[in-house]
Amino acid sequence: MNTKFGVVVFPGSNCDHDAYYALKKILHSDVTFLWHKENDLQNSNIIILPGGFSYGDYLRCGAIARFSPIMNSVIDFANKGGLVIGICNGFQILLEAGLLPGVLLKNKSLQFICKDVYLSVENRDTIFTRDIEAGRILKLPIAHGEGNYFADKETLKSLTDNNQIVFKYSSADGEISGKYNPNGSSLNIAGIINKKGNVLGMMPHPERVADPVLGNVDGSIILNSIINNF
Amino acid sequence: MFKVTVIIKRRPSILDPQGKAVEKGAAHLGLTNIKDTRIGKFIEFNVDIDDKKTAEQEVKDYCTKLLSNPIMEDYEFTLSEGTPSEEKSA
Repeated sequence: MNTKFGVVVFPGSNCDHDAYYALKKILHSDVTFLWHKENDLQNSNIIILPGGFSYGDYLRCGAIARFSPIMNSVIDFANKGGLVIGICNGFQILLEAGLLPGVLLKNKSLQFICKDVYLSVENRDTIFTRDIEAGRILKLPIAHGEGNYFADKETLKSLTDNNQIVFKYSSADGEISGKYNPNGSSLNIAGIINKKGNVLGMMPHPERVADPVLGNVDGSIILNSIINNF
Repeated sequence: MFKVTVIIKRRPSILDPQGKAVEKGAAHLGLTNIKDTRIGKFIEFNVDIDDKKTAEQEVKDYCTKLLSNPIMEDYEFTLSEGTPSEEKSA
């Protein structure tokens, strides 16, 4: 079966077109936009919740988007094993929807951080990361004010024990320490996956580094991994 | 009809960098006795139900399902009868 990506558009999404562009123009995939007021996923078999400021980030990031009509369909789709990837604000929405555990707090520095970071790939046994060669450290941009991943001790232990931590902030050589933690996240967490392995949430933006003209295509490795292993 | 006020606080175990930053401002003002500043949310609304228990249940649902995130926040609310009185400022 061919992949068909569905990029959800909430009022305030601003990375929806980046995701569409990377998938359509760079990776030549089938992709469609899904308006938040609809509930039809239009036969998409991979859903992308893009970055941005859905509903103005009012109340809490992702809190209101989680109740959009389209999210009922996305939650249903995810619970049936459908592939969902939430990027940045999309990750916040997945947490609010309860599809992934934990919350994203304000960055420890209180500053909005927009820069490239290095990521150690902690779990290559997922459809999203299978194509990342062993030892490869990814360089992806982050752009967020609230990316400080927090969960209680039991949840962190369960995430670790079940190999659900997919990406950790690291140095260019893969060293993981507080020095390379941009936002204060517990265990340097940059991305996690659910137990079933079909729902991934991550703060860094793979869709922003997919076009070779930008000088870095590390993001396309993740997107291609989905396409190649579907 | 009840007037409802909700206060949402970060749970004590959650760091509040915003509160800390604001407290630094207090120190710059010379208010050196200010300690443990924590910033939360205050929300008010009306609930159009006459029975108090039913109204409380509706408010509780609003608080737990949308207004607060139990992983990081606690909430408390008060119900008062009648339409909201006019805001008074000192």
